[in-house]
Amino acid sequence: MLSRVAENLYWMARYLERAEDTARLLRVTRHLMLDYPGTPTLGWASLITITGDDELFSSHYDRRDEASVLAFLCLDRAYGGSILSALGAARENLRTTREVMPREIWEEINQLYLTVGNYLASGIAQRRLDDFLRMVIRGCQTINGLIEGTLSHGPARRFCNIGRELERADMTTRILDVRSANLLPRSPEDRTPFENLQWMSVLKSLSAHQMYRQRVRARVRGADVVRFVLQDTDFPRAIYRCLDDLCRVFQSLGRHDNAMNCTLGQRDALLAADVGRLAASPDELNAFIDGLQVGFGAIHQSIAATWFAGVDAPAPVLSD
Amino acid sequence: MASIDWSGYRSTSYDELMADGGAPRPHAADLVQHLSKLSEAEVNELKTTAEIAIQVMGITFTVYSDAGMIDRAWPFDIIPRIIPAAEWRRAEAGLEQRVRALNLFIDDLYHDQRIVKDGVFPAELLSESVNFRPQCVGISPPKGIWAHICGSDLVRDKDGTLYVLEDNLRIPSGVSYMLENRNVSKRVLPELFEGGRILPVDDYPAQLYDMLAAMSPRQEAEPRIVVMTPGIFNSAYFEHAFLAQQMGVELVEGSDLIVGSDDKVYMRTIDGLSQVDVIYRRVDDLFIDPEAFNPDSVLGVRGLIRAWRAGNVALCNAPGAGVADDKVVYAFVPKIIRYYLGEDALIPNVPSYLCMVDAEREYVLANLDKLVVKPANESGGYGMLVGPHSTEAQRREFAARIKANPRNYMAQPTLTLSTTPTLCEDGLGARHLDLRPFILSAGDHTYVTTGGLTRVALVKGSLVVNSSQGGGSKDTWIVEGGED
Repeated sequence: MLSRVAENLYWMARYLERAEDTARLLRVTRHLMLDYPGTPTLGWASLITITGDDELFSSHYDRRDEASVLAFLCLDRAYGGSILSALGAARENLRTTREVMPREIWEEINQLYLTVGNYLASGIAQRRLDDFLRMVIRGCQTINGLIEGTLSHGPARRFCNIGRELERADMTTRILDVRSANLLPRSPEDRTPFENLQWMSVLKSLSAHQMYRQRVRARVRGADVVRFVLQDTDFPRAIYRCLDDLCRVFQSLGRHDNAMNCTLGQRDALLAADVGRLAASPDELNAFIDGLQVGFGAIHQSIAATWFAGVDAPAPVLSD
Repeated sequence: MASIDWSGYRSTSYDELMADGGAPRPHAADLVQHLSKLSEAEVNELKTTAEIAIQVMGITFTVYSDAGMIDRAWPFDIIPRIIPAAEWRRAEAGLEQRVRALNLFIDDLYHDQRIVKDGVFPAELLSESVNFRPQCVGISPPKGIWAHICGSDLVRDKDGTLYVLEDNLRIPSGVSYMLENRNVSKRVLPELFEGGRILPVDDYPAQLYDMLAAMSPRQEAEPRIVVMTPGIFNSAYFEHAFLAQQMGVELVEGSDLIVGSDDKVYMRTIDGLSQVDVIYRRVDDLFIDPEAFNPDSVLGVRGLIRAWRAGNVALCNAPGAGVADDKVVYAFVPKIIRYYLGEDALIPNVPSYLCMVDAEREYVLANLDKLVVKPANESGGYGMLVGPHSTEAQRREFAARIKANPRNYMAQPTLTLSTTPTLCEDGLGARHLDLRPFILSAGDHTYVTTGGLTRVALVKGSLVVNSSQGGGSKDTWIVEGGED
């Protein structure tokens, strides 16, 4: 497979996952805000922090209220991580590699992008927001389902999987990071009101609540949630599992040594983490997550250098 | 009630399906009878079937507009164009002959130039040709083939004679639409295919693959073949992707390829660099290698010509093949055929007057109002004078241009292209059409598509068959039996 095609498929999958995870995050935040309208620290503003694009937001919007945040994260073409932009980027990446993918996948992405784009003119009415977000999540799931069900177990599928797992791990860290900054007690006596319910929102952002209950079988507590989200071996959005899945895909590709070693290093560091301590200290958790994100960047670099650059090849001494 | 009104059908020229008396020609009898039996609702259903098939199969062509690039559905008319097999076999032989001679001609021009030395082809034409590539002099591509894929446009005049209007030897396009038109037409008129008299067209991708493979410099190994596209913004991108898919080869862009210091071409793959043997390039000559041609090209691959010259890669079509498809060279094709093959041309050229020849120029200048004047090296109808539709001022301007640079102009009588019944907005109408067959040259044998791409001017009276300008297309049937 051509390096360019592999790279396009990788980014297609990353953008698709980003669109879905953004929709998930918005959906849960909205539910939480309806229950606790007066909780400013947990407000819409924290979503902007999750994206890491505070500056861009501030340069376009005056207020961090619901309408602005939703406009920014759902439909703003100027923001590359908005649902519309992410779907557009997924579509563009697939557009140039249509010949390697089953036709239905192109049709589905094309359709989803056009449907979301139709909301640009009217905006998203508050009472239609949940329908909109569910439509996005379902659309992304449909595409992943088509990939799972119709794309052969060859290089095209592998690079889709790599992009999806890495983006998923990254989005999970962002959700955990921002939510926990507001939730973890600065001291053991300092209890946040509704702490239980707010930790639950972390799980719900990841569609993890049910799976968590099956695994932990106790009331939702900060340390357990952090452990589950970071280290669970079976939950598909837990970071350990994402990294483990990445390794499995790497195993089936040639020349995987660098990417594999890099990912195994991250996975092992994750396992070694003292979750009890992280859960007790927001600052340490924050630093730990920063470390993970730097690690994901390194994994991306190793993937790009191995499979996308195409020059460190078995072959000739190159003239340029 | 029948919805297609055949009784009112009139053509102002030779008609492909209907004879002068209003009865169908023998080869079209089954088709016309079948269509006559359909009700209006049934005809509309067939049109819808075709439209849906085109949408679902994703047959598009790209148009540029202010709003960016638009993929438009391919305009298709459900009434096919039919040619009797016996007539087609004569055309086929003529096309083979023509392309064989043209390849010998191109090879000669880049080597000894015997045809110039023997005084058959004027030296000054060569020195002024914008498509002659000095970089190609002395290069011997595999089997002496330069124009591996040729698309020649055939037209029929009002007396029924078939002419070659032009040869496209650079990067002719349209073959994917020929194949897709057949797929659509099988869905729309399956009953008529059941008789087995309509010859199939779908062998083309396999023939193309075999021809490309035969050009590989590494005959011992399974050749690595790629289709090279300028990218998604090219109007023929659909076709590039389609052919790559049909042949099961990679669709590459210039940036996917790299020439090593060993003068071999490699493509960047997830397994490292992989050697490429044959490039079916759909990028214009001047853009394929910034080292040899346009230094600003970002579509090309640095060193590609070096690798080709070293015999490490085959380029199809070969750079420089376009020297034989300018309009003035066209006028020499009958002579070229006689010179290299010792045969008379089986398909005639449209009579042409070369302005570089004194007597012919005088004729052209005296008859500008009746002739079509074409510059040597423009394509797509640019820079032409259509005499009968021109103004006095335009004719004066062209006369001046011709006198200033006679070698750059040739003229032809205005043809009345043949017509064929076409379903238009306001019912059945006679519309002008042409035919572009594709000829593959592998050296030891030549393949001609069964028929080709029929393009039809959907606007009444128009001669413009181009899809970007209101042209459409039809399936082309070569049928056994039912000879005229």
